[in-house]
Amino acid sequence: MGKYLVRRLINYVVLVFIATSLAYLLAAVSLNPREHFQGRNPPVPVTTQDRILSAYNINDKTPVLDRYGHWLDDLVHGNLGRDFDGGYVGANLSRRMWVSGQLLLIGTILGGLVGVGAGAWAAVRHKRVADYSLTQGAFFILSCPTFVIAILLQVGATRLNDAVGHRLISFSGQSDPALQGGFFSHLGDRLDHLILPTITLMLVGAAGLMLYQRAAMLDVLGSDYVRTARAKGLRRRTALTKHALRTALIPSMTIFTFSFATIFVGAIFTEVIFGWHGMGEWFVQTIQGNDTNGVAAVTAVTAVLILIASFLQDIIVALLDPRVRVG
Amino acid sequence: MTTAAEVRTREPQPDESAILVVDDLHVTFPTLGGTKVRAVRGLSYQLRRGEALGIVGESGSGKSVSSLAMMGLLPRTTQISGSIRLDGKELIGMHDREASELRGKKISMIFQEPLSALTPVYTVGAQVVEALRVHTDLSKERAQARAVELLDLVGIPNPRERAKAFPHEFSGGMRQRVMIAMAIANDPDVLIADEQSTALDVNIHAQILEVLQTARRETGAAVIMITHDLGVVAGLADRVLVMYAGRPVELGTTDEVYYAPRMPYTMGLLGSIPRLDASGRSALVPIEGSPPSLANLPSGCPFRPRCPLAIDICAEEEPPLESVRGASHRAACHRKEEIETNGWSVGDVFPVPELGIAPVERLPREQRPVALAVEGLVKHYPLMKGVVFKRRVGTVQAVDGVDFDIREGETLGLVGESGCGKTTTLLQILELVKPQAGTIQVAGKDTNDLHNAHARKALRRDLQVVFQDPQASLDPRLPVGDVLAEPMRTHGYDRKHIDARIKELLGLVGLEAGHAGRYPQEFSGGQRQRVGIARALALEPKLVVLDEPVSALDVSIRAGVINLLMQLRAELSLSYLFVAHDLSVVRVIADRVAVMYLGRIVEIGVVDSVYASPSHPYTQALLSAIPIPDPDKERTRERIVLQGDLPSPADPPSGCRFRTRCQRFLTLTEGEKQLCIDRYPPLIPMGPDHSAACHYAEPVAVIPEQSKERKRRRST
Repeated sequence: MGKYLVRRLINYVVLVFIATSLAYLLAAVSLNPREHFQGRNPPVPVTTQDRILSAYNINDKTPVLDRYGHWLDDLVHGNLGRDFDGGYVGANLSRRMWVSGQLLLIGTILGGLVGVGAGAWAAVRHKRVADYSLTQGAFFILSCPTFVIAILLQVGATRLNDAVGHRLISFSGQSDPALQGGFFSHLGDRLDHLILPTITLMLVGAAGLMLYQRAAMLDVLGSDYVRTARAKGLRRRTALTKHALRTALIPSMTIFTFSFATIFVGAIFTEVIFGWHGMGEWFVQTIQGNDTNGVAAVTAVTAVLILIASFLQDIIVALLDPRVRVG
Repeated sequence: MTTAAEVRTREPQPDESAILVVDDLHVTFPTLGGTKVRAVRGLSYQLRRGEALGIVGESGSGKSVSSLAMMGLLPRTTQISGSIRLDGKELIGMHDREASELRGKKISMIFQEPLSALTPVYTVGAQVVEALRVHTDLSKERAQARAVELLDLVGIPNPRERAKAFPHEFSGGMRQRVMIAMAIANDPDVLIADEQSTALDVNIHAQILEVLQTARRETGAAVIMITHDLGVVAGLADRVLVMYAGRPVELGTTDEVYYAPRMPYTMGLLGSIPRLDASGRSALVPIEGSPPSLANLPSGCPFRPRCPLAIDICAEEEPPLESVRGASHRAACHRKEEIETNGWSVGDVFPVPELGIAPVERLPREQRPVALAVEGLVKHYPLMKGVVFKRRVGTVQAVDGVDFDIREGETLGLVGESGCGKTTTLLQILELVKPQAGTIQVAGKDTNDLHNAHARKALRRDLQVVFQDPQASLDPRLPVGDVLAEPMRTHGYDRKHIDARIKELLGLVGLEAGHAGRYPQEFSGGQRQRVGIARALALEPKLVVLDEPVSALDVSIRAGVINLLMQLRAELSLSYLFVAHDLSVVRVIADRVAVMYLGRIVEIGVVDSVYASPSHPYTQALLSAIPIPDPDKERTRERIVLQGDLPSPADPPSGCRFRTRCQRFLTLTEGEKQLCIDRYPPLIPMGPDHSAACHYAEPVAVIPEQSKERKRRRST
């Protein structure tokens, strides 16, 4: 198994390099940072424009491969380049990743747990009230755009706050900048701000996973080996968790680990609506601002995350499924 | 109409020694449409301690459902009434917690699908340990040691190491053994074995039956064997219960039921089984029609529509299961007394159809034209490894030099275990392309000389195929008429001719012309296979390749299809290549038989000669593994049980490929053995048109002869 994973890892490193390079080249070719100078009054002389753009390594007059080489050289030295305002992309990235990380880690893990649990439960209660209501709920969430869910939650929270008379749930920004107090009140404030965006992410993640887990579980429930387990004398609950759920987890784990990576940039709406300055928001900003280095960085990070997710998935599936280990 | 409640079929007196008492069991499945499927309707029997009971019936007869009811493993929506008492304890209505304590400890079940019956993510050892630890407080180490003992008992080689393996690393037969090990782990009082035979090859099946016998001896458990094959239980069961449409229709000691059946259905079942000990080609007893739908049972006796003895009362009243003579033998038939007094046997009740003989068959074999000739046929598959860069790591020698020929009007049976290469051989012939090595000649034309698709298409008319699974081989979206018209359209028949031919074909296979507009799913399994046969005949082929054409069919329907095939052969002078793993079917239908092992033919010859004096040890083992529906013969028969599974065709043994499992090899001296290890034996003539590929071939009779008059024993 170790050999199998090492082989996959090498594979992924190569893939990450290719994906990152493509991301940079695509951004460099398609974005036009020179737009920043247009319409300025007084007009910026072209030589000045070139000087500034060259300093940031985003001058379209430099051949793209030269820019790429320069960028790669910087990248190897841990420098992701600078954005148009002179800020360092790397610094921006690390701050925003931390912001998104808080949101996503909790939201996605909760979503995974709730999704698997609800899916398995619905399958066990197949064609009964619990099953129907869970399935309907999941379809409702999936057919709602994320911002509708987010706004509905905000409306609900506002009502709740009004009802109790003070601000129980905060949903604007990551924290209250005016707050005074010690470590714990800051922590409490952060958690308070996390509630709604986390619920949003959790709901969306859980709904898809739940439907998937339900189908996988239904397949397994009627299987001969669950019947064998029951025939051995295992109680229903033990047979269901130990034999059915354990096997039905294998296919849904694939979906789950991938959702980790894709949700990173997919949380754009959630971040914008709740005023979180994370990766998703930044992604939109960099594209709008023709920020070549920024776009390249975001895309590259996403590529790396997806590949990390597939590596994680390889490990998880190998742990769960002995049939993979042998092969 | 009589309700089932009135027709009580209780055992006359409760037996003190009974471990299991089933009394008036009813099982009903509610369906979404509101109709009720009455799967079991009034089943009563008793199982004594240590007794072996065979429950025989076709699919849908309620035999498996009644056992699942016993285990408490039916879906929760199932309506179950009546009583099942295990050692005095009522099982019906028992809480799951309590039932779980009995399950696997006092009553165990071995299921029929060994491939899917083990959880894929746990080692087999862990699964046996689990079975032990659910019911006992053995420590982990003790349980592990006991699990290894159990695996050893059921014949798993190197049990200590193999216990750490996962189910997918085991063959079907080995997984079945693990199932048995789990079932007997806690010394149950009752062991239920559900359809052991269906999914396994004959040899493996014989091994499993032996393991089951060992298990029975070790645990002293009473055994319920559920099967559709009367042959399987003949030698093993003390008593037999026959079920039809959810009801018990005959119950008695094995001798009573086999030698003096008193219910026409039982008689039909016995007559419809192709027998290994039959003398030559003969028609089987078909039971017309098919089993009734359990959601919509006819009034009166459910067997009436298919029964040649039906009289008026049969349509009105469902006969109860009553004693025939004495208390032990009971049958559910209004005319059982008549059958008894007149001593009617199968032949008296069911008309046996006459089989014609094709004119070409009157010619001696050598003078008939060759329909198919295969010489030195080779098909090797490369064994690849790697995802991106594939590299060849070996060769699967699926077919490795096969020779045979089929003359006009002749049937060759090609038999062997799964993995022996019989299907590959068949596909190679059907493909009509140049083989990797060797030649294939169809109707005198060499496939090496077919240079374009046109020539191949023309030859295809002479060569048609009938597949194993009629359900899968007919397009569900095409009405039967279109299914039959398709080959003719492809070959450019004109419309008028096609329409006339469809009617003709349907009549030929015993269906009605009006059936042309119906869809395949409106037909029963047997009828569907008839459509498959009609499709194969549409182009008036000379040679029909039959790939296990009856193995997916119920026993009572099988006979009708076999008879039809024999009839068609005579009427249309067809030649058949009949591929099967069931040697008893081959016995009744084939003229010659070829036995394959690991890609080569090990014995070939006239059926009578091969079956009477099989000369290759593998043929002997195959023949001896097949049960005969005759209790006396079964009990006294000595079986040759091969050891282990088929070796991988990617790595066949040196010299004789069979030597690793050969029973003859074991009796040889070291010097003699060397020849087997060094050289593959050529086919040695053993008689006129009979040869075997064995260095030490000698004929051994393994099938007891058919007694001229069947004993009619009356037990007291």
